Amino acid sequence: MRHLKILEYALSSLFRRKYRNLSIVAVYALTIGILASILFLTHSLKTEATYLLHDAPELIVQKISAGRHDLIPSEYTEKISTIPGVGSAEPRYWGYYYDSLTHSNYTLIGIDDTIPGLSLLEGKMPSVSGECAVGAGVGHARIAGTGDTITLFNSKDTPVVFHIAGVFRSESNILTNDLIVMGEKDFLHFFELPAGRSTDITVSVNNPNEIATIAGKIKKLYPDTRPITKSEIIRTYDAVFNWRSGMMLTIFSSALIAFCILAWDKATGISAEEKHEIGILKAIGWDTADILELKFWEGIVISLTSLLVGLIAAFIHVFFLNAPILTPVIKGWSVLFPDFRLTPYIDIYQIFVLAFLTVTPYVASTIIPSWKTAITDPENVMRN
Amino acid sequence: MMLHPGILALVVGSCIVFVMMLAASWQGLRIIAGWDFDSSSEKQLILERKTYLISSIIKYALGFEIISSLLFIYTVDDIHAMFVGAMCATGSLNANPVGWYALYLKIAVFFTASLWIMLNNLDQKAEDFPLIRPKYTALVFISVLIGLDLFFQMSYFLGLNPEVITSCCGSLFSDTSSGIAGDLSSLSIKPMMALFYFTSVIFIAAALSCLKSSAAFLRYTVSTLSIAFFFVSIASIISFISLYIYEMPTHHCPFDIFQGHYRFIGYPVYISLFCGVFFGMLPGFFQPLKRIVSLRDTIMRAEKRWLVLSILLILFFVIISSWPVVFGDFTMQGY
Repeated sequence: MRHLKILEYALSSLFRRKYRNLSIVAVYALTIGILASILFLTHSLKTEATYLLHDAPELIVQKISAGRHDLIPSEYTEKISTIPGVGSAEPRYWGYYYDSLTHSNYTLIGIDDTIPGLSLLEGKMPSVSGECAVGAGVGHARIAGTGDTITLFNSKDTPVVFHIAGVFRSESNILTNDLIVMGEKDFLHFFELPAGRSTDITVSVNNPNEIATIAGKIKKLYPDTRPITKSEIIRTYDAVFNWRSGMMLTIFSSALIAFCILAWDKATGISAEEKHEIGILKAIGWDTADILELKFWEGIVISLTSLLVGLIAAFIHVFFLNAPILTPVIKGWSVLFPDFRLTPYIDIYQIFVLAFLTVTPYVASTIIPSWKTAITDPENVMRN
Repeated sequence: MMLHPGILALVVGSCIVFVMMLAASWQGLRIIAGWDFDSSSEKQLILERKTYLISSIIKYALGFEIISSLLFIYTVDDIHAMFVGAMCATGSLNANPVGWYALYLKIAVFFTASLWIMLNNLDQKAEDFPLIRPKYTALVFISVLIGLDLFFQMSYFLGLNPEVITSCCGSLFSDTSSGIAGDLSSLSIKPMMALFYFTSVIFIAAALSCLKSSAAFLRYTVSTLSIAFFFVSIASIISFISLYIYEMPTHHCPFDIFQGHYRFIGYPVYISLFCGVFFGMLPGFFQPLKRIVSLRDTIMRAEKRWLVLSILLILFFVIISSWPVVFGDFTMQGY
């Protein structure tokens, strides 16, 4: 009960000096908002990536030539599919295409039948030669929809016309935004790739416990290949996103330090009026410990208010405005980056990390000023 | 070093806490050197005022330490995805075994710093500050602990290498592994259950009788029992409580229960256990201080509160950890 009374007094005292406290809350919330945006954005990108990789093949085999990714011969596929434990080994045909018209990169895939996980489609998948299916981003950039045509320039700079049979509306736009799917033969013809070679091989493994063993066997069988497991990709994404957000947090922590200096300064420079108030409180029987508690509650109220405001601001910034300030750094360089809406999701852990990262320095920087205020001698103050 | 947001928060927080503790210890040493309660000089007045500064620094530092312990567990659990073969906090800790020391130190800091705060509260209630010297000497000790904690935590995070293949909890806490963890897991379930419930009943009975009688040996018994109960409970969590929570006869990990699939049940389990044991330890610890006249009544009054809190928390702990054993679908009849 006593604590609640002190809290009540703290609230009324904060309210009496509302402009001064509002300025602190504004700066504090801004700092928290920036840090929270970084965490929210990287976290939802990470979630998105993990969600996508869920459908990825267990194992991808690439051929390495002179340290670079090279086309892989089809006999590799046949040999790999005979390894015990391998469910199937399929060649994949894909590549990048720079579209000078829209100044963006597309991802081209040549397929035989369907791609698993891409069922959400408006129209149909390409079934005959000269047909293709495009991602929403490509359709938007080229102002084309189902039934229209799209012209791409092949490696001889000859225009090739494709009929758009379908447009992807994947749940996760990040997957299909820059995608153009066409028949395998069209693909080989378009890029003039040699027959009997594919971009890489996807291997499905029946027993997940055997993935590492099978990767080892492939590496032994073909020393010039690089088997990449799904878990390796997930781990790498995790590390990359953590690294990026950690890097950004470190940079923006300077803002936090600047804020703490401000908080220290504000807390030290208490007005004569406030000193007077504390003098009177002590004269009517408040203990030094009570004043410290009062200051503690003030700090908590300011911190939690700013945390809440900062979190809401970051939420709006990231999930409604698509983080215009941070996207270029965190996402990458691609021009036709999917204009996707991130799935709003808040992890309690993120809030916990953020609270710890921001509240601790603030509270620490106000302890000594609060104590200095609390030990004010009532007699001295009132005499002045 | 991995630039993970959680790791950054932990490192920043721990550094701040350590600096705060250093400042508090320095002031504490100055108080010990210049303290003279009978003097009414200005210097003594300043020193008395400084005691407030120190106690508020320690309260904040302890608060941060408790939160940082939870954050540490959560972070270590969160980064397991980056290690091949790691499935929970155990795997991440094994990726660089120094992490275990950091964890043990965090537990030690929790108990010592909480004890210090209790001691400080008692001391501030007495008019003549009878405990000023032992209190501030202990402060230096706590600072050393926090410094060590910071050191081990830093060397743990700096030494983490995401490519290292670690053994996950499945192999550390399995029946065939050697070492304490393996021994704990291979304890037979029935005797362990009997021991767990027996200790908890004995502890609660002793605590209840403490409320009735003021015999000194009962206080010491309660404290000893609460420490014993702590170790028995940790062993029980590994030996059988975890099995019922995971509903899997081979999964003994004490950290997986922090994960979301198990509805974060680990947090109430461990928090109630730690706090319950802590309050159970207090009566015996403060029994010798009853000899100091100015503290006697305060301790007597506070003791009742500690005992009631301890009984309630331990009961809560026993109930929530027994819930899956009694009401869960999973049975261990074949074992």
